[in-house]
Amino acid sequence: MSQVQPVGNLASLEQAQQLGLRPEEFEKIKEILGRVPTFTELSIYSVMWSEHCSYKNSIIWLKTLPKEGEKMLAKAGEENAGLIDIGDGLACCFKIESHNHPSAIEPYQGAATGVGGINRDIFSMGARPIAQLNSLRFGNIHNERTKWLVRGVVKGIGNYGNAFGIPTVGGEVYFDDCYQINPLVNAMSVGIAKVGHTVSAIADGPGNPVYIFGSATGKDGIHGAAFASKDITEDSAKDLPSVQVGDPFWEKLILEASMELLETDAVVGMQDMGAAGITCSTSEMAAKSKTGMKIWLDKVPMRQADMKDWEILLSESQERMLVIVKKGQEKTVEKIFEKWDLTYAIIGEVTDSEHVQYYMNNELRADIPAESLVLGGGAPVYERAYTEPKYFKDIQAFQIDNIADCSMDEAKQIAKWILAQPNIASKKWVYNQYDSMVGTINQTTNKASDAAVVKVKGTDKSIAMTVDCNSRFVYADPFKGSMMAVAEAARNLVCTGAEPAAITNCLNFGNPYNPEVYYQFVYAIKGMGEACRKFDTPVTGGNVSFYNQSSDDNAVFPTPTIGMVGLIPSGGKQMTLDFKKEGDLIYVLGEQHNDINSSQYLVHYKNVKQSPAPYFDLDQEYKIQQALLAAISHQLVESAHDTSEGGLFVALFESAKPNQLGFHIQQNNALRKDAYLFGETQSRIVVSVTPLKKQAFENLLSQHAITFDCIGHVSNGSIEINAEQFGHTTDYMNLYENSLGNLLES
Amino acid sequence: MKVGVVIFPGSNCDQDAIYAFNNQFGCETVSLWHKDEDLQACDLIFLPGGFSYGDYLRSGAIAKLSPIMQHVIAFAAKGGLVMGVCNGFQILCESNLLPGALLHNDHQKFNCKNVWIKPQTLHTHLTSELDLNTAYKIPIAHGEGRYYCNEETLALLKQNDQILFRYCSENGHIDASSNPNGSLENIAGICNQTRNVFGMMPHPERAVDAELFNTDGRLLFEGLLSALLK
Repeated sequence: MSQVQPVGNLASLEQAQQLGLRPEEFEKIKEILGRVPTFTELSIYSVMWSEHCSYKNSIIWLKTLPKEGEKMLAKAGEENAGLIDIGDGLACCFKIESHNHPSAIEPYQGAATGVGGINRDIFSMGARPIAQLNSLRFGNIHNERTKWLVRGVVKGIGNYGNAFGIPTVGGEVYFDDCYQINPLVNAMSVGIAKVGHTVSAIADGPGNPVYIFGSATGKDGIHGAAFASKDITEDSAKDLPSVQVGDPFWEKLILEASMELLETDAVVGMQDMGAAGITCSTSEMAAKSKTGMKIWLDKVPMRQADMKDWEILLSESQERMLVIVKKGQEKTVEKIFEKWDLTYAIIGEVTDSEHVQYYMNNELRADIPAESLVLGGGAPVYERAYTEPKYFKDIQAFQIDNIADCSMDEAKQIAKWILAQPNIASKKWVYNQYDSMVGTINQTTNKASDAAVVKVKGTDKSIAMTVDCNSRFVYADPFKGSMMAVAEAARNLVCTGAEPAAITNCLNFGNPYNPEVYYQFVYAIKGMGEACRKFDTPVTGGNVSFYNQSSDDNAVFPTPTIGMVGLIPSGGKQMTLDFKKEGDLIYVLGEQHNDINSSQYLVHYKNVKQSPAPYFDLDQEYKIQQALLAAISHQLVESAHDTSEGGLFVALFESAKPNQLGFHIQQNNALRKDAYLFGETQSRIVVSVTPLKKQAFENLLSQHAITFDCIGHVSNGSIEINAEQFGHTTDYMNLYENSLGNLLES
Repeated sequence: MKVGVVIFPGSNCDQDAIYAFNNQFGCETVSLWHKDEDLQACDLIFLPGGFSYGDYLRSGAIAKLSPIMQHVIAFAAKGGLVMGVCNGFQILCESNLLPGALLHNDHQKFNCKNVWIKPQTLHTHLTSELDLNTAYKIPIAHGEGRYYCNEETLALLKQNDQILFRYCSENGHIDASSNPNGSLENIAGICNQTRNVFGMMPHPERAVDAELFNTDGRLLFEGLLSALLK
C-alpha cells in the first residue's frame, strides 16, 4: 500500500473529541492507519463514524428486522433505498429519512433539504420519484416558536417539493409537548424503476473516471452529520453553518440528467451526495466494489475560493451527484450535463488500491482504507446497555375507574371539542401548501381513502402508501406501540383495497447512551420486527435519528415512523372512506373495549398524561385486515375507514363529511360512553354496507371468525347516538376544517 | 394536427400535458426544448406549468428570453394557437402575449386544491364547448396566481370579451369567498384580443383522466382541438 505520509498537521486526541469521536475510537483509527492521522483524515473518520453515517449504536438491533420477501429486489442496507417488484417489469423504490436537527434551528431550509435528500436517494438508484409523503411532529401549538417552526417546515417542504415537481400525496402532523425543542421532520419518497435498469452505488473498474455534477461545492453543511449526532442545546444555533441550503431547480435538473444518463450504457455506478458529502459517496462506493479512488479535491467545482481540503471533503452542499463512468464514454455523459447546463468535472479515478486517496494541489492529504470507514466494514459497532424506564411505574398506576365517565350531554360537548383538536382536525392548512396533483397520478384527490393511492401510468395497477406512528402509544409501551404503528399503516393500506407489501422506517429517538432511551429503541425494534413478520412486510431500509433531546429529561417520545407501500392489483378497485348513501348499514369490525388508554380524550380533555397503550392484539388485527380485504374484493363494502385518534366518533364523522351525510348509531354493549365514542382501542374499522349485501357481508365475516357489530345506519346528515340528537354533520364542518389553520394563523 | 409542449428547465407539468394530449386525446405531441429554434410545424403550442429556470427572479421573467419563446411570439403574431397554464400563463404575460400580470397570492402561500371556474365567454376555441351556467371543477397549484391589470386594461378585456374564466363556488357563485388568490374580479383565465392566445392559472390537464375521477377539463381541450380540425 501507499507508504507516502499524507501532508498536513497531525491530529490530537483533543481534536478527535471535539469532533465527537471517543478516545477508544481515536486509538482504533491509529491502529487502522498504523500512524497518527492528519487532521483531514481525522475529520473524515469523525463524520463516517458519526452515528448518522455509521449506525454504530443501532445496527446490531436493525439486523434483527425481517428483510426477506419474495417481492424484494434489494435487501435493506444494500442500496440507497428499498426496491420491490410490482410486476409488469417495474419496481417500486422507496425510503423515508429524517431531517430533524437542521429543521429545529432553521425550519425552512432544514425541511427543504430533507425533501431534496430523500428524492436523490430514489433517483440515484435509477428510479423516477412519483410521490412524496412526510411525517411531522411539533411541540405545543399555542407556543409562538412552534407556530414559527410549523410555518417554516411546511413552506420548506412545499417550496422544494412543488418546484421539484413530484406530488406530495400523504402525511401526518402531530403536536405534543415532548417535541417542543426537537421537532421531527421525516420525509419519504416513492419512485418507479424498470426492473434490471437500476443502478448501484458502486465504483468498479480501475481507470474509470469519477465525475461530480450538479451544484458547486460550498462551505454549507460542514459537519452536518456530526451535528445530527448530538443533543440539541442552547448552543445549537451556533451550528447554523451545519444546515444546508436547498435549490429545487438544480435538483430537478440533476434528476432529468440522471434519468438520461441511465438511458446510456456509460454509467458504472452513481450515488448522491448527502451526509458527509464527497467523503461518504467516494468511500462507500469504493468499499462496495473493493476498489479504491484517487480524488483531486482542487478539481471540484467550488462556490468560494478559499476552501480547505477537509471543508471540500465534508461539505454537505446540496444537489450534487457522483457518477463513475466507463472510460471512453466521457463524451456521452458530458453531452447530457451540457444539455442541462450543469456544472460538472472529472474529480478522480477508480483505482485498485482499496484506499480512498484525496489530493489537493498534487499533494496527498488523506489516505485511508475505504473499508475502514463504512458501515459493515471498519466502522465501530456498539451494544448499548438498556434498562426499563422509571416512568413505566406511573403508566401502570393508571386506573380507569378514577376517571369519571361522560354523560351523553357532556359527550355532545366533547364531540365539538375533539373535532377541533390539532391532532384530529383537518390538516388542509398544511397539505394545501403542497402540490398534491402534479404528475396526474393521484387517485385520492377526488376520492379520499385511508392511504394515498397513485396510479402507475402504463399499467392498470395502483400503489397505496402511508406514513404512520402514534408515538404516545410507543412511549407507553415501546414493544406494543411499535407493533401498532406497523399495524395502523397496514390497516390504512387495506382500507384502500391494497395488499401491504413492505415498509421503510424512520427511527426517531433520544440519546442512545441513555439506557432508558435505549430500552425504548430495543423494544420498539422487537415489536416492529414481530409485526412486520406477521404482515409479511419486510423492512427495506430507512434511517435512524438519535439525539432528539436537549437533555435526558426531555427526550422526544420514541417515534418509529413507518412508511408502508402496498399494491392494488390489476382489476382491483380503490376503496374509499366516505359513506355513500343514506340507509347503508354501519359496522364496526374488531373488538370494542372499556379502554380510554393514551387516547387524545384522556390526555387532552381529562389531562391524564400517563396511561398504558390501548388494547391491541396482533393476531386479531391480522384477521380483521384479511377479512376486510376479502370483503372489498367481493365488492361487499361501500366504504372503509379505520378508527384512530379520537376513536369511533371521529371515524364516523370523517366518513360522513365528504358527502355531507350523517349517522344514527346505537351502543350495543355496556362499555363506558367515553370508551365507546372516544376510546382508541386498536384494530377497529368502520365499514358501510348496502342493506342488500348485509347477509353476504356478515357470512363472510363469520367465515373469517372476526368480531363485528352492526351499530346503525347512514343518515341524510343528522347525527344521532343512542337516540340522542348530536346535530348535523354540517354543524361540525367549520370546526373540523378550519381549527388548525386558525390556530396557526393567530 | 400536431401539438408542441415547450420544456423549459424547471418545467414540471410538461409530461402531464404530453400525457393528456397524447394518451387522452390521441394527438401527435412533441416536446420542444427551450433552446430549440424551430416549432416543428406544430399547430398548437402549449406552455406547461412548473418553475421555469427556477422562477427565482419573477415567474416567467427569464423564460420569455429563451430562444424558443421568440419563435412562439412570432407564431402567435401570425395567428397560431398558443395556450399557457399556470407558469405557462405567467410566461405569456411576461412575454406581452397576454395583458396583465400574476402576483403573489394575497395570502402569501402556495395553494393546491380543486376550485371551480365559470366560463365568461363561449366565443373562443378554448371555451366553445362549455356552458356559461356551469361551474367546472379544475385544480389550482400556484403561489403566484393573483391576476392583476390596470383599469384601462380591465376595461379593454371586458370590452373585447377576453375574460375566459372567473373563480366561483361549487354552485357557480362568483364572490370573494371563492377567489383563491385575490385575483382581480376573480379572473382565472384570459385570451388575447385576436383570440388565439389563452392563459389560465387552473390546470385543466389535471382534470381529463377518468381514472383520477375528475374529467371537467376535457371540454376545454376538446374545444381547442376541434378548432384545429376545422
